[in-house]
This record gives sequence, C-alpha cells and structure tokens, in this order.
Amino acid sequence: MAIKAEHPLHGRRKRSNMMLGAVLGGFVTLVFAITIVKMSNGESLEAYDHTTRYSIEPKAEASE
Amino acid sequence: MDNPVSDATANDYGQDSQFDDYFALLKPRVMSLVVFTAAVGLLVAPVGVNPVIGFASILFIALGAGASGALNMWWDADIDAIMKRTVKRPVPDGRVTPKNAMIVGLWLSVIAVGMLALTANFFAAGLLAFTIFFYAVVYTMWLKRWTPQNIVIGGASGAFPPMVGWAVATGGISVESVAMFMLIFIWTPPHFWALSLFMNDDYTRAGVPMLPVTHGTRVTRNNILGYTVLLFVVAIATAFTGIGGPIYLATAVILNVLFLIGAMKLWKRTDAQADDDNFAAERKFFRLSLVYLFASFAALLGDAVLRGFDLLNTWPVVI
Repeated sequence: MAIKAEHPLHGRRKRSNMMLGAVLGGFVTLVFAITIVKMSNGESLEAYDHTTRYSIEPKAEASE
Repeated sequence: MDNPVSDATANDYGQDSQFDDYFALLKPRVMSLVVFTAAVGLLVAPVGVNPVIGFASILFIALGAGASGALNMWWDADIDAIMKRTVKRPVPDGRVTPKNAMIVGLWLSVIAVGMLALTANFFAAGLLAFTIFFYAVVYTMWLKRWTPQNIVIGGASGAFPPMVGWAVATGGISVESVAMFMLIFIWTPPHFWALSLFMNDDYTRAGVPMLPVTHGTRVTRNNILGYTVLLFVVAIATAFTGIGGPIYLATAVILNVLFLIGAMKLWKRTDAQADDDNFAAERKFFRLSLVYLFASFAALLGDAVLRGFDLLNTWPVVI
C-alpha cells in the first residue's frame, strides 16, 4: 500500500534537502566558473572541434 | 490510522538536524564580519583580482571561519550549555550532536583551505589554515579556559581575515595588511571586555577566566581604557600607510574620539552605578565597538575608490 499522508518530519527534511541541493549546485557552478576563469586567463576559450575554426588558426597562416 | 507514519518514527530518529541548525553552527554573524573585513583586505590591495576569483576566495575564507566556529561549538558545548548567551546554540540545544559538529568543522576546514589554494594561492590558503588552527586549537582548546589573556591573544584569529584577503590579491604580507590586522587585534580586547562586564554572571558560572572574573571589574575597566588609547594610536597610524587616506583619517579621528570618551565613561563608573542602570554605558560601548570596526573598514574601502581614480597621489605615506 502506498504511503500517502506525510509526517511534518518529511516536510522539514524536504526543505533541508532542497537547501543542501542548492548549496551543492552553487558549489558546482562556482567551481565551473573558477575553472573557466583560470583556463581562459582573460582570453576566450576555443579549441579544434573537427571543423575549421579560423579564429584559432595561427595569425600568420590566417593572413595568407 | 490517519497517518501511516507514526510519531514514534520521528522520535526514533531523535532530534532531526535541519539545514538551518548546521548553518547556525557556522556562526553566521561572525562570518558576516569576516566576509566584510576579508573583502576590504582584498579590495584595498594594489593588485587587481578577477571578480570571480575574488568572490570565490571571500566565500572560501568565510567557509573557513564557519568551520572554526563549528569546531568551537563542538569543543565548548559544555560551557555553552551553562551560559545564557550561548545555551540556544545547536549543540547545547541538542539540535546537532557534538560528533557531527566536529565532522562538519573538520571537513569544511579541509574544503575551505583546499579550495582557496586552488582558487587564489597557497600563501593565502596557508594563512587561512593557520587562522582556523589558531581559533579552534590555540584559542578554543587552550587559551579560553586557561588565562584572562584569552581574548587578547585569541583575538589574532579574528584579525587574520583582512590579511588573508590581502594575500589573495598580492600573494604575501605587507605593512598595510599588518596595519589592518593590528586594527582588529587591538580593537578586540575592549570589545570583548565590555561584553564580559555585562555578561559577568554567565562567565563566572561557566568558569571561563575572563578578566572581570579573575581580576575584577576595576582592572577590566582600566584595561579597556588602556587598549582604547593604544587603539587610537594604531588607528591614526594606519591612515599614513598605503591604504590610508582622507576619508579613513576623518573617520578614524571621529570614531576614536567617541570610543575614547566611551572608555573614559566606563573607567569612571563603579559597579554600583553599572548595576543601577543595568550596564547601560557598557552596552552602549559594546554597540559602538561594532560600529567602529564596520565604519573603519568601510572608510578604508572609500579611500581605495579614491585611489582608483588617482585622487590620492599626494597623500603622505610614511609607514
């Protein structure tokens, strides 16, 4: 038989779990943001992705 | 049966710790002061920091402060349960077990120091680790129950955050960061001794050797005045370091004159007078001390803004 009614305990735990989830989500976002800043070092991040990207070609070659 | 989950289920789990209880374990009010002073330390530094790195660093410094708060609550649960001011804290109130408080404190310390090392630099992370160690071990476990100089020496732990903030930006220590450290370090004794004057009964019952408990209120009042005079000198001297300026100097003069007047009033008062008005002057001095610290650091920030616009090139930096 499915349990339908909820004890107040469940409500409190749900709120705590949501808050903890928000903190963990925020932490992941922050680490991602730090990673982007550290890797880009002020420049935009681009890499080869199986198509020609002129923006990452060496300047000498790009001008030819 | 209306409710398939009986009350016995909740009781079986004992006190069900909530997120808010763990958050309270981190001493959020102390954390807010740490965030502010560390942020000022970072922002007044002559080296610019990427906003994301700066924000994250301040967050990890605050987390480190919270971790040391949790370790403090774990170790001091017995005396917190005796004092009115602290009896509602999560551990003495039974909302968080001492073991969980310790685990949270230790893990958050590791996360805060590790993340600061990765985000900013190893020097700032080392300084944060030392701050946590100083507060949790040197102050909480050793000094607090042993000597009336507990908050004088232990005050260093509250004075480190702006130095950590400065280290995030510069990677080191300099006269300016030491000046910010000294400002909080010398401010701490009058701040806490004013509190201990009107919380004397609490500290006496808990057996914490605060100065009024061990040496009486007369000696405490003398010491408050002495440290306030010393603070005056340190605060004015800070105005002539690389982080000082006209806004800070004007603010420091006003605040220190008010603080000195307050300390003089406390010094002249007797215990009978304090009892008569329920420590009105002592409470007022304590509130003023909070304003003092906030306004002093806000003024440093104000001068940093002026410096950013090249408006303080002629300001005399003599220290």
